[in-house]
Amino acid sequence: MNRNVLSRRVLAGVALVATIALAGCGGNDDSGDTGTDAGSGSNQYANLSGELKGGGASFPNAFYTEAIAEFKGVASKLSVTYNSVGSGQGKKDFGANLVDFAGSDSLVKDTDGVPADSFLYVPTVAAPITVSYNLNGVDKLQLSPDTLAKIFQAEITSWDDAAIKADNPGVTLPAKKITVAHRSDGSGTTNNFTKYLKAAAPSTWKLDSGDTVNWPASTQGAEKNTGVAQLIKSSDGGIGYVDFSDARESGLKFAAIKNKDGQFVAASLDGATAALDGATVKDDLTYDPLNAAGATTYPITAPTYILVRTKYDDPAKKDLVKGFVTYLLNDGQTLAPEVDFAPLPDALKTKALAQLDKIQ
Amino acid sequence: MTTETHTTLTSRGGGPRADRSFMILALAAGLLVLAVLALILITTTREAWPAFSHMGLSFITERTWDPPAEVFGALAFIYGTALVSLISLIFAVPVSIGIALFLTELAPRRLRGPAITVIDLLAAVPSVVFGLWGVLVVAPKLVPVYRWFHDVLGGIPVVGSVFAEPIGSGRSFMTAGLIVAIMIVPIITSISREVFSTVPQADKDAALALGATRWEMIKGAVFPHSFGGLVGAVILGLGRAMGETIAITLVIGGSTQITANVFASGNAMPSVIVSQIGESTGTFTAALIGLGVVLFAMTVIINTLAQAIVRRAEARMRGATS
Repeated sequence: MNRNVLSRRVLAGVALVATIALAGCGGNDDSGDTGTDAGSGSNQYANLSGELKGGGASFPNAFYTEAIAEFKGVASKLSVTYNSVGSGQGKKDFGANLVDFAGSDSLVKDTDGVPADSFLYVPTVAAPITVSYNLNGVDKLQLSPDTLAKIFQAEITSWDDAAIKADNPGVTLPAKKITVAHRSDGSGTTNNFTKYLKAAAPSTWKLDSGDTVNWPASTQGAEKNTGVAQLIKSSDGGIGYVDFSDARESGLKFAAIKNKDGQFVAASLDGATAALDGATVKDDLTYDPLNAAGATTYPITAPTYILVRTKYDDPAKKDLVKGFVTYLLNDGQTLAPEVDFAPLPDALKTKALAQLDKIQ
Repeated sequence: MTTETHTTLTSRGGGPRADRSFMILALAAGLLVLAVLALILITTTREAWPAFSHMGLSFITERTWDPPAEVFGALAFIYGTALVSLISLIFAVPVSIGIALFLTELAPRRLRGPAITVIDLLAAVPSVVFGLWGVLVVAPKLVPVYRWFHDVLGGIPVVGSVFAEPIGSGRSFMTAGLIVAIMIVPIITSISREVFSTVPQADKDAALALGATRWEMIKGAVFPHSFGGLVGAVILGLGRAMGETIAITLVIGGSTQITANVFASGNAMPSVIVSQIGESTGTFTAALIGLGVVLFAMTVIINTLAQAIVRRAEARMRGATS
């Protein structure tokens, strides 16, 4: 009997694995019929027709989804899809030619599988990452980068710690235990948040930066922004980093963070746009708005990019990509605030549009 | 009997040729299983090799998991998987065997059908539903219970460290173990039930005829006969517990630590793989696949051990009965 049970189990396992393997092998090549109609539409997008596939970062997903839905109204013959599979996977798929463009919060590394010089960065929007907290009776909280770093390193474990008190004169803080919530999945948000701490509190922050870092044992992880928001909400004394739209949707309170100019600024879209203004834009249009200068700057502002190829084998595809990204940079920018994303400053937008002309 | 079957077969089918092709077909099916298993092991090991060669043996002895620093130690996750599985078995095994005994020996015939249906329905609930229920309902509700256990048992040495200060959100090894226990009860129950129903009625009647009470009959006739099958049932449940991913991911709390405290947050191998592989590259990806290889190896080792236990127990039983 026992032998039967065991072998049945093995069989079931094998069947499952085989199914997964088959599913993984499933064709993924895009064969969208990309023909440009000589349309007579009044707008510049009306004659685009075909199919565009994109995928990657989940951070700007809400914005891209909104923009794609609106884009449908002006380019009814072009269907655009965006899969929010994460920056890393997006870059892998882009490198393997499975998607026409990729969304990424982070820059391309050698190990990502995308050859250098085969792609261009196009910045699209930015958004603040909030430091959300749940502390009964405290509606206004101010934190300096060093205090923030100590909290997330579990060096400060109680809300009435002297360092937090020093940042919040006149506020009564309870002697409650701090519960730190972080992302348990690999995430561009974690990457940007830890990068910020590394830049703003270089002598305090010891965990380096990355999509996943070695969080202290006493901290807790949860899946995705919504999971972290939920975890903060369910633990009195909780604190964690959550992207702006999810933090607002969950009704969380967020702390004002001391920026480079010494001002405490709460997360807002204006603060994010100010951060973009204060950031230095490199020649390839990558920029680092984290810990940027400016009195009204919200310092934990994360950029996001779309990766496009420098050369598309199919000239029709090139027009489609150009059309869609142009839409994101023009009309799309006015949609951004509706879904809690900060539009690009005009100077950067102009550069981004010029970047598109380099596509062959 | 064999000759009879043989003659009917030859008179109907194509004789030796059909026999041979059937044998080849069956052999191919058997080999296919082995081939698939071998291929999975080979490819995953190859994919994981950069991490294995980077970390060496410390891949399974190191407790630090620090991707930016390229330190990949799986010990905390191996510990998490083992602890959650252990907790789930502690709760699920007695309950499952109890249910199975009730259904085969005690329950009125009319009750059996509906009860079996309900338990099987439990197996049909998707694990993500258990996970969501666990994280939204069970975990917060268990915090006061954990507190109580901590207050009562926390002061005792050794035992106290197992029931130390509970985590505020309730997402812990214990919660994960409890949720998984509920998930594996139907599996263990249905197999135990089948095992118990194979106990010959003559054995049971004999025990009763000797004046045994019902419990003595179960202890003396049912259990010895079904030991091997029960171990199989438990191993099947354990396999599910070790491989359970999404429900554990949601309720275990996602901390990397090794602690005796069952009320603390931790992490398990499948959870780490599924949550971190999306944003990983290079050696990091290899390390995550390496976790899969370790999990696979653990399952094989446990299966082998279980088989050895069963073989020894069965030999002993045969010795005793003859």
